Amino acid sequence: MTELIDNASSSESPIMTETAPPAISAGDGPLKMTTRNVDVFYGEKQAINGVSIDVTMDNVTAFIGPSGCGKSTFLRCLNRMNDTIPIAKVSGEITLEGEDIYAPSMDVVQLRARVGMVFQKPNPFPKSIYDNIAYGPRIHGLASTKDELDNIVETSLQRAGLWGEVSDRLQDSGTALSGGQQQRLCIARAIAVDPEVILMDEPCSALDPIATAKIEELIHELRGKYAIVIVTHNMQQAARVSQRTAFFHLGTLVEYGVTSDIFTNPTQEKTRDYITGRYG
Amino acid sequence: MTGSILFLLIIVLGGIAWFFGRVKARGFSATNTKRGAVHSLPTYHGWYVALWAIGPALLFLIVWNIASPALITDAALASPAAEQLPSDQFARGAILAEARSIASGQQVRAFNPLSQSMVEPYRTAISYYQMIGMVAALLLVFACGVFAWLRLKPELRARTKIERITMMTLLLASLIATITTVGIFASLIFESARFFSMVSPIDFLFGTEWNPKAVAGPRGETGFGAIPLFWGTVFIGAIIAMIVAIPLGLMSAIYLTQYAAPGFRAWMKPILEVLAGVPTVVYGYFAALTVAPALRDFAVSIGISGASSESALAAGVVMGIMIIPFVSSMADDSIAAVPSAMRDGSLAMGATKSETIKKVLIPAALPGVVGGVLLAVSRAIGETMIVVMAAGLAANMTANPFSSVTTVTTQIVQLLTGDQEFDSPKTLAAFALGLVLFIVTLLLNLIALRVVKKYREAYE
Repeated sequence: MTELIDNASSSESPIMTETAPPAISAGDGPLKMTTRNVDVFYGEKQAINGVSIDVTMDNVTAFIGPSGCGKSTFLRCLNRMNDTIPIAKVSGEITLEGEDIYAPSMDVVQLRARVGMVFQKPNPFPKSIYDNIAYGPRIHGLASTKDELDNIVETSLQRAGLWGEVSDRLQDSGTALSGGQQQRLCIARAIAVDPEVILMDEPCSALDPIATAKIEELIHELRGKYAIVIVTHNMQQAARVSQRTAFFHLGTLVEYGVTSDIFTNPTQEKTRDYITGRYG
Repeated sequence: MTGSILFLLIIVLGGIAWFFGRVKARGFSATNTKRGAVHSLPTYHGWYVALWAIGPALLFLIVWNIASPALITDAALASPAAEQLPSDQFARGAILAEARSIASGQQVRAFNPLSQSMVEPYRTAISYYQMIGMVAALLLVFACGVFAWLRLKPELRARTKIERITMMTLLLASLIATITTVGIFASLIFESARFFSMVSPIDFLFGTEWNPKAVAGPRGETGFGAIPLFWGTVFIGAIIAMIVAIPLGLMSAIYLTQYAAPGFRAWMKPILEVLAGVPTVVYGYFAALTVAPALRDFAVSIGISGASSESALAAGVVMGIMIIPFVSSMADDSIAAVPSAMRDGSLAMGATKSETIKKVLIPAALPGVVGGVLLAVSRAIGETMIVVMAAGLAANMTANPFSSVTTVTTQIVQLLTGDQEFDSPKTLAAFALGLVLFIVTLLLNLIALRVVKKYREAYE
């Protein structure tokens, strides 16, 4: 496995092979997650076809593509959220720090603590702001005293840029916040368990432009502290927040590379058509 | 010609009226081909004529049936045979009633010879007034039918009128249920007021001695203290039954919504719901014949004193089992209504399935579950058959689940069973108990529905 990481991290440009779909690294900086030949089936229907991709620590990676192209499905493989769908079957290899996350020895609870997730619609629990943030640390036993927990809650909210807005009303319900605040609360909640990777599934699609700008700013600030993978249908957003972009089409990975290259000089015709608005 | 034949005849005439109305409307529809020149389709014109023909005639028949008996009696009394009748009101009434039932064929022979002499005048009067009613009804059918038929014009808004009548009919249907409930409530209040004029409401609501058989007499009534009944009802319906039903119902709902494979859920849930349709009398003899003796033997074997073969525990446990489907299906609905984003959010934090259920799903579904439990309680305290068969009749104030207690519903059954005078406090007490039960279940339902509704709004 270490061999594979070395290989992958040393390759700077996309590798294309005739037989298998491209195994791609767009990495510089330490590798965080790798996927090789990942297929996902929903019953009989194949949703993802042989996707290989590397996620690096220092870059924000964006998945773009038309609706139904499988980008969210693929994202949900990275923290095994597809396990909750009985008919979903995942094959291929996905690793986190070289460990196969689909191996029987991998504890999915541990995995999800390491790979956090933010959803399309803000989904705070119907609890107080404080309890929303404290939820993860309590489950994973990260704080042994009340002070430690208070501390985690404060740091998480600060990192998510929400502390100033809610510090005086931590006991109010999380659902009473505005949409943008709720989404930042969900990011703070994900941060609170100190994950290594944060997956964001169209985190701004339910938000207005001002709240969207705040989230994008937050993503910039979090870059480098966490490996971030964001799914978005908004190409401008991908261009603004990410350093690496992967373009998905009909369940396959068409192209993966440095964001500026993808947007200015794509190598694949499909990518060019999508980016210039020919379809999507 | 009897009433039912007359009724059928009117309906047939209505059908003919419908046909003629339609024919006429078709006629002018064919000549006025300009779009919009004829307001309604021929069918609506047909219905318009038919309803005009039938409606007034049927209304008249209803009124006539109510009014004619008085007219018939007057006519019969005016006959020469009536002169021999006794002047005493009761004797006279009895004879007239007998004569009438012979005349209308419900009775074959008279017990009182005087009645026999009145039969003939009655018979004449009945057939006379029947004939008048019949002729008038048929005349009405023709008159109104022709009137409506003559009014048919291309611009007649028959469709609008038919729509309005349809709406009124539906409104009437929905009013009947509501008005009946209001009527029941009013009669409860009325009879309870009579009861409370004999027994003080304070004694009734707060008295602790229930023994309606030992009633002393006018104004000295004792033994109407209903507290033991209320206690028994609460003990069985709201405490023991809920101790059984809430955990089992909730857990089965959690299993069915969160753990069960779709195939298993597909046949398990209907089975659970079928349990709600088992007649309560079946649960009743299950409680009385199986559960109660078993519990008594068990109580005796562990040395509990005062164990009887009719126990609060037996009735409560069986009632709890009866209630499980209610609790389970309400809890199922409210857990399923929690957005899946909530569950995914928790799972994505690395929470296990049971942590997610305990910390996110149940708290989010709680209002719905509480609403379901309140509905279940209101159903349990109004339940009669199980407690009549298994709980016993002794009005004990005891917290010992192995002893016999009695409930409001059981006592209502007791008070109204057998020959009763309808103005004794003993009988009227049943209405007062019914009123209390009605108010309590009504309040529980109102609160439960409000809680459930509020909770639904939160997620929509």
